[in-house]
Amino acid sequence: MIRHLHPAAWWVWALALAASASLTTNPVLLAAHILVLVAVVLARRDGSPWGRAFRLYALLGALIVVTRLILHVLVGLKFGEIPLLPLPAANLPSWAAGIEIGGTVYLEGALGAALEGARLATMILAIGAANALASPKRLLKVFPAALHEIGAALVVAVTVAPQLAESVQRVARARSLRGEGSRGLRSFRAIAMPVLQDTLDRSLALAAAMDGRGYGRRGGPRHTGTSVLTLLGLLGACVGLYGLLDTTSPAALGLPVLLVGLALCVGGIWAGGRAVPRTIYRRDPWGPPEWLTCLCGLAALTGSLITLRTDPAAMSMPLLPLGVPGIPWIVLLGLLLAAVPALATPVPPLASVRSSQAVRAG
Amino acid sequence: MTAYESSFPAVLFEHVGVQYVGAAQPTLHAVDLAIDEGELVLVIGRTGSGKSTLLGTINGHVPHFTGGRLSGRVQVLGRDTSTHRPRDLADVVGVVGQDPLAGFVTDTVEEELAYGMEQLALAPATMRKRVEETLDLLGIADLRAAPLRDLSGGQQQRVAIGSVLTSHPRILVLDEPTSALDPTGAEEVLATLTRLVHDLGVTVIIAEHRLERVVQYADRVIEVVEGRVRHGAPAEILATSSIAPPVIELGRYAGFSPLPVSIRDARRAAAPLRTRLAAMGPAPEEPAAGTGAAPSALSARRLRVDHGQVRAVADVEVNFPARSITALMGRNGAGKSSLLWALHGSGKRSGGTVALADGTDPATLKSAQRRTRIGLVPQSATDLLYLERVGAECDQADAESSRLPGTCASLLADLAPGIPADRHPRDLSEGQKLALVIAIQLTAEPEVILLDEPTRGLDYPAKDRLAETLRALARTGHTAVVSTHDVEFVAQVADAVAVLAEGEIVAHGPTAEVIAASPAFAPQVAKILAPLPLLTVAEVRRALAPTTLPQGPV
Repeated sequence: MIRHLHPAAWWVWALALAASASLTTNPVLLAAHILVLVAVVLARRDGSPWGRAFRLYALLGALIVVTRLILHVLVGLKFGEIPLLPLPAANLPSWAAGIEIGGTVYLEGALGAALEGARLATMILAIGAANALASPKRLLKVFPAALHEIGAALVVAVTVAPQLAESVQRVARARSLRGEGSRGLRSFRAIAMPVLQDTLDRSLALAAAMDGRGYGRRGGPRHTGTSVLTLLGLLGACVGLYGLLDTTSPAALGLPVLLVGLALCVGGIWAGGRAVPRTIYRRDPWGPPEWLTCLCGLAALTGSLITLRTDPAAMSMPLLPLGVPGIPWIVLLGLLLAAVPALATPVPPLASVRSSQAVRAG
Repeated sequence: MTAYESSFPAVLFEHVGVQYVGAAQPTLHAVDLAIDEGELVLVIGRTGSGKSTLLGTINGHVPHFTGGRLSGRVQVLGRDTSTHRPRDLADVVGVVGQDPLAGFVTDTVEEELAYGMEQLALAPATMRKRVEETLDLLGIADLRAAPLRDLSGGQQQRVAIGSVLTSHPRILVLDEPTSALDPTGAEEVLATLTRLVHDLGVTVIIAEHRLERVVQYADRVIEVVEGRVRHGAPAEILATSSIAPPVIELGRYAGFSPLPVSIRDARRAAAPLRTRLAAMGPAPEEPAAGTGAAPSALSARRLRVDHGQVRAVADVEVNFPARSITALMGRNGAGKSSLLWALHGSGKRSGGTVALADGTDPATLKSAQRRTRIGLVPQSATDLLYLERVGAECDQADAESSRLPGTCASLLADLAPGIPADRHPRDLSEGQKLALVIAIQLTAEPEVILLDEPTRGLDYPAKDRLAETLRALARTGHTAVVSTHDVEFVAQVADAVAVLAEGEIVAHGPTAEVIAASPAFAPQVAKILAPLPLLTVAEVRRALAPTTLPQGPV
């Protein structure tokens, strides 16, 4: 069967994997996370620009690892026994303990820094996977109608942001026509000004187009009850959250107030949404594949959480002394399940693969 | 539309004025106008005359979105726009802008067609039906799943029209819908519009610079002159309007009465003129520059540009003789821009060589040095501008090209006189912006200048001025290559035409030979006077110059 999976299912799956990756610095487990993400994206992305943008997230991930390493070498706290790079160290006053400028780089410290970078990179990659698998625009369709003002801003941002790169490229090319007379801050301005103006124009044009086509039309009059409900709900949620986090406050102030507050919020949004009538052309169905995808993602997270309780050492890389990372089978089993959507979900309709760049260049 | 609504005119302007914040003059002034249902109304006027503002008031975009003060009253099927925002009029007014891509909210054709209906909360079953109907009506059923960005310009514009049509608006407002399209793409869009008017009784209000494309379809013409409107039958308004397409200019010159607005009527009326012109013998040739065995100022051998899988320019062999103006034509996506950038040397080149007059390959030069040999004015010319004042841009250009201070400013004064030096470049009209960028590029005195789609958004007087500028450049020893969709402009200015298709040059020769015979590219005068080899009113005038027979208002 050929259809798009519900975007929310992909987001649940990807966020669960991101959360799971955040719990570990074990290189074997991080590699397994990355493998699962890449495999599922390659199998189930469509031909949209968002699908093609997954590569950028991978690049960003690599950049994060490299940056983390450079920072470690420059200012990180060096530790370990196996020296890699003998560098002179600058002496800092005692109040700056924890920062070390220069100094001999040890294998253990560098490895630790790289793995921390890799953990963040894996989480970024998970978000990239969600973007590639479910275009943010399709996710915005299920955005509550009551929040249409925020929705408009999000649609504009999501549409215009990818065009920013194109705009920068075009302006930089135009700059070379003027002989690249300026350098540094001036040339930054020479590129930034036209790009910003262009982006602003596009954003306004899009917002005007949405307005002209009836976005945010109101069926009935606005009820003040809606605002009151939402405000009370937000207040309740804040108080509840405070109660939950502050251990000295009575238990009754915590979870119950938070839940009531959230319920009021949902009620307010629902009531507000009824005043902005809207239908959906092809509602993405929520069926067994969606449930399966969510569960598979959560399985990976559950595996990591269980191992964190039972065998916390296996979740991190043994650095002092340096050792072989453990292989917690429960986590790997969870990740294996997380890879199932690559095969068990419907195939997305393949859009035209014609290079849009070539068409636009004509 | 309810029976109550149908008792109103489609759009009713009652003493409407618009004044923007900080503007000294009102943009629109005392407009009284009624547009009836099922009319195709053409709005004409110079750039900056208030055309877009007039169109914007119809769906409440002005002043709800733009700000400013609206006096008087605009009613759309009885709904007052002062109390109805654009979104509240979305079910009766559909608006299509100049750049369809800028208005697309979703990613694919089908979703885009459904978007407006979703906002109007139509039942899913109704939406399915209307999407299918619209896909068929516009002839884009095979594109339903295609990403919008991958479509050609003409296809995008048709999708944009379709996306407002699905809401079944009674009024369609289009602001320069064909300005970015090649002649064939424009035909597609206009054919769709006339079909809507005739088959569905939709009221269409359209603003357009290239009148030659639309005027024959219009029931009525509204001319906006400095915020005031004048309206009437096309022939009546165009007889005295400040801007006119070649068919009207010819009619005015030859004194045809009644003034024909379509090629067919003009051809009938021109029978005596043709006989007289034929009797005159061949027209005295203007001393043509750059034809014959002139040395080549720019040439390419086996030039190739690949974008990924797509070959944008395929083994092009071309010579541009010195002191000539060559027009580069071809449909959207034929590879014109890629060719220009590759010739310039700063764009991508996958193979082949380019040589200037002395054999230098521009790609081997540093960009500051290249600027003094070959200049390029890109399609989005404003990308080159980044300073706050026109004067500062000019000074910067002088410094960049190491010319005497004032060089650029005096060039600009020649191209577009009367631009204050302290004006912000963004506040200039399209024609003035283009003039500024051309002046900046000419400051370096390059021997060859390449222009990519310079006529976009220019009205007839601005185009005439650009043509004069190019002519003057050719006379002073420069060579120009201009890519354009505008056949009338080509007829007016070019010595030679090269037609590009799928990255190959399929025709290259003197303008008259290449464009006169082509059904898509022939200018209006050529169509009216065929088989005589005359392309523009100016040529007709020259041919008749010895005699003083028809002296109509010119």
